[in-house]
Amino acid sequence: MTFVSNGISIERWTRASRLALGSMAAVLALLALAPAVLGAGAIDRLTALFIYVILAAMWNALAGFGGLVSVGQQVFFGLGAYFTIRLADAGLDPFVSVFAAAIVTGALSIPLSLFMLRLKGGEFAIGMWVVAELAHLLVNLDRLIQGETGTSLISLNLYDSGMRRATIYWLALASMAALLGALFMLMRSRAGAAMQAIRDNEEAATSVGVRVTATKRLLFVLAAFGIAIAGGLWLATATTFQPKTYFSVQWTAYMIFMVLVGGIGKFEGAILGAILFFVIETVFGGAGVWYLIGLGATALIFSLYLPRGLWGEIERRFDFQLLPVGYRLKLPGPTKIKWKE
Amino acid sequence: MINSLIQGILLGGYYAVIACGLSFMFSVMRIINLAHGSLAVAAAYGLWLLAAKAGIPPFAGLLIVLPVMAAIGWLLQRFILERSARGGTLLPILTTFGLSIVIDNLLFEQFGADTRSLAPFIGNLSYASWQLPGHIFVGKLAVMMMVTAVLVVGALQFFLSRFALGRAIRATAEDPDTAGLVGIDARRVNAVATAITMVTIGIAGAFLGMRATFSPYAGGPQLLFAFETAVIGGAGSLWGTLAGGIVLGLAQSLGAQLHPQGFLIGGHAVFLLVLFVRLSRFGMPQLDKLGAFLNFRARLRSPT
Repeated sequence: MTFVSNGISIERWTRASRLALGSMAAVLALLALAPAVLGAGAIDRLTALFIYVILAAMWNALAGFGGLVSVGQQVFFGLGAYFTIRLADAGLDPFVSVFAAAIVTGALSIPLSLFMLRLKGGEFAIGMWVVAELAHLLVNLDRLIQGETGTSLISLNLYDSGMRRATIYWLALASMAALLGALFMLMRSRAGAAMQAIRDNEEAATSVGVRVTATKRLLFVLAAFGIAIAGGLWLATATTFQPKTYFSVQWTAYMIFMVLVGGIGKFEGAILGAILFFVIETVFGGAGVWYLIGLGATALIFSLYLPRGLWGEIERRFDFQLLPVGYRLKLPGPTKIKWKE
Repeated sequence: MINSLIQGILLGGYYAVIACGLSFMFSVMRIINLAHGSLAVAAAYGLWLLAAKAGIPPFAGLLIVLPVMAAIGWLLQRFILERSARGGTLLPILTTFGLSIVIDNLLFEQFGADTRSLAPFIGNLSYASWQLPGHIFVGKLAVMMMVTAVLVVGALQFFLSRFALGRAIRATAEDPDTAGLVGIDARRVNAVATAITMVTIGIAGAFLGMRATFSPYAGGPQLLFAFETAVIGGAGSLWGTLAGGIVLGLAQSLGAQLHPQGFLIGGHAVFLLVLFVRLSRFGMPQLDKLGAFLNFRARLRSPT
């Protein structure tokens, strides 16, 4: 807590947020023990949840903090899976391949960012979709993939099924924790302040010396890397790779849904959105087309009537933050406390 | 080779029709409607329904579908786009993307996964052609699409420069607040602009259904083609859209000559190439240059 002047202070940690961080660590520790107690089905579902949290947090980093709405993020999901297959085929251990593939995808996103980041708004959104389509078509040309027929991550068969399931689970859990942690640290750093300044007003941010493009590039590459890990992990659980499934715009639709419902630009929002999506999918996933119509309609309605999402509303009504990435201005007396993000 | 060049050029007519609505809407309301392609596919299904269930041939069906599309456009602007545009630049992208998911899946729910075509309902038009010297065949439908593209683009330009409502649209595109000061109702203007856009989408949907088959999830690719056309052709006027369509059509037919998957790859590659060259030379997105140029051209022409 820093005292600015008479009774006015700036703080970032509150009792609630310390408690939240502590309980998050406890939950993670409990989750790490889960394979010892839970059945195979439950472990697989939880793995899917961790992957959803990664997807939501990464898309939120790009759109919510960087102001870059992309409809083509499935390109990194697909490339993450594709490079995992390629590297495993070259003889690398399949689990190592997942992370090596994410590094390759992240590296590829750097030159891509050079010109995609010069597009604005909807042009960036659809431009990314074109990139995703092109990447899909090019992957189809690879003889190993055999077009839409696809192929399998055969080398996973080296591990017995129980061991494999638990390993994927722990990798997904660790990746989620590491990516969330990295994003949290990043958002609270100097670069994070720059990002939030860009989100609020790009021109004003430029005028006070924020390096807009460099900051956006950081988010773009981080999101590419994180989503590629998600793609590789998804491949590890499903073992088969069909380009059509992995490069489907549906993945981006899921990301948008999770972030929009949870609260765009809120660190907690993406996590909440992913959990909600997971529950909705578990309950209504069997409803097929109507389930997808429901997702689209919900996204539409939230964007029109609740653009802050559920977490944004909670925060606004109850003045409540669990994982604050901004600063809080505390005024003396009964004055309403304002969040400065 | 020459044959495929001609086919590519004529295909550009279709792309110009579907792209002019996208860039028209962007230049007036600054919204890129991600449901653009899905709406075109919905129009194609509307025509198919009229033809297959009520026996109304597609060209007569247009007399029903186009006014309906215009009405939907009006409602779309009033109830969805207007509200989402107030939330800044990011929100309309999310809103229209949600809308496209709803439309695509409703179409799937209603019509299933089967591909449909309007070709059986237009006599021999879908395959009839004129023979040119040198064993070159030019499809009648393809020529018709190109002529329609020129007419649509020309009519749009004429409307914007010669009609009071057209001038109001241009004024609103330039500066909605100042336009409001001189008594232009921006809400009404935007609703009219969306209705006009939807009419062009309806025409594009008809062509989509006549020249090929379509399925419920065909909206995404149509949006990408429209967007690529608008960006490639973003040189200046609405006529730029026509040029963009021709370039895209050419790239696709040449790509198809090289490789079975080359049709789409060729189109996307040319789009990225144009984008790359343009960004490295000018450093700015070009889609909105259309609006600026429209205003400039019209100002030169009209006395006001």
